[in-house]
Amino acid sequence: MDIGTIAKELNLKILSASDRMKNNVTGGYTGDLLSDVMANSHEGDIWITRQVHQNIVAIATLKEHAGVILVNSCEPAKDTLERAIQENVPILISNLPAFEITGKIYDILNEAK
Amino acid sequence: MKPAVNSPENNLDNYSFNIEGGNFNDAGTVSTRIKSILKQRGLPNDIVRRSSIVCYEAEINIVSYARKGTVNLTVTSEAVEIELIDEGPGIPDIKQAMEQGYSTASQQIREMGFGAGMGLHNIKTYSDIFDISSEVNKGTSLKMIIKIPQQTPQ
Amino acid sequence: MYEERILKLIEIKEILNADIIVGEEKLDIEVKTAFGADLMSDVLAFAKAGSLLLTGLTNAQVVRTAHVLDIAAIILVRGKKPPAETLAMAKNLQIPILTTKYILFETAGRLYAKGIVGCLEKVETGSEQS
Repeated sequence: MDIGTIAKELNLKILSASDRMKNNVTGGYTGDLLSDVMANSHEGDIWITRQVHQNIVAIATLKEHAGVILVNSCEPAKDTLERAIQENVPILISNLPAFEITGKIYDILNEAK
Repeated sequence: MKPAVNSPENNLDNYSFNIEGGNFNDAGTVSTRIKSILKQRGLPNDIVRRSSIVCYEAEINIVSYARKGTVNLTVTSEAVEIELIDEGPGIPDIKQAMEQGYSTASQQIREMGFGAGMGLHNIKTYSDIFDISSEVNKGTSLKMIIKIPQQTPQ
Repeated sequence: MYEERILKLIEIKEILNADIIVGEEKLDIEVKTAFGADLMSDVLAFAKAGSLLLTGLTNAQVVRTAHVLDIAAIILVRGKKPPAETLAMAKNLQIPILTTKYILFETAGRLYAKGIVGCLEKVETGSEQS
């Protein structure tokens, strides 16, 4: 399941790395505590969070996430977006809260199995 | 500043509480107390909830950033009024501080789940009237008014 | 698409293979909405009264936030065990706490599949700055 398909199915706005929509999504991680995401998320996860500062790009890169979804229409900080473009990390936005978007993605990933 | 008095629960309409800056263990006790007072007075759930939320956000700000603060609660038949006055660094740019996402929180504060930069915005959203003033190196004052819907006679 | 449902806390406990560590007497309360977050500001801005709060944060402030918002129950995810002061505050303020080993993604996914929905409307109130 690639991130582009998820973005399309859930009407997510793509803010960066639109050429990386074939990034493979193998799981999901929802959370806002950076140390926790660093410790417990996996490569290929789509990361669902409301954190908008530029550290999210560093983490997504380090952990090789498929991309980051910002919830509740939280816009990334300016330097976050710049960094995401630079490092080719897909950042997407949803107007839904984390619970809803997580539920929908969980469902999509399960159906794909 | 006049000394604050923790008033007993009866028909008094004014209550005052103290907040100690940096005391995260006790952070929230005033808001919990205020919620209890408003509930006991039989105010509608929505009014109690909004009042508790604005008080809590403001209380956390005082604990996070100020040296100390006082909360004054006044309940009339028309509104819940909550005033918070702190002694602390103050806010140099109020407009900036009101922006969603703007935060000066330390790492410690963020690890506790705060510091997302939404507090003042939330307070304004939940209040009917919101006033904020501040002086650098002196402190910040907030006043929130939550109107109580009046029963119209049939 | 899943049908929206009202679930009792005991059903939530089963779906999540959770333990209830505070509030066993409240297993029959009903919930239909949930909010997942590790940052309290969003919870304060969006979570509805009567919701479940799903979080990995275990400090006592989570309980205070839940109390201020009339949250029905707290679900601690990622196998986190809360410190004594969090438990004490939850008992004092009468807010049930469940713990599950599932991560927040899995927890929300499972509950969503069973018909629990997110808090979709933000509470908007008129506000003027004088």
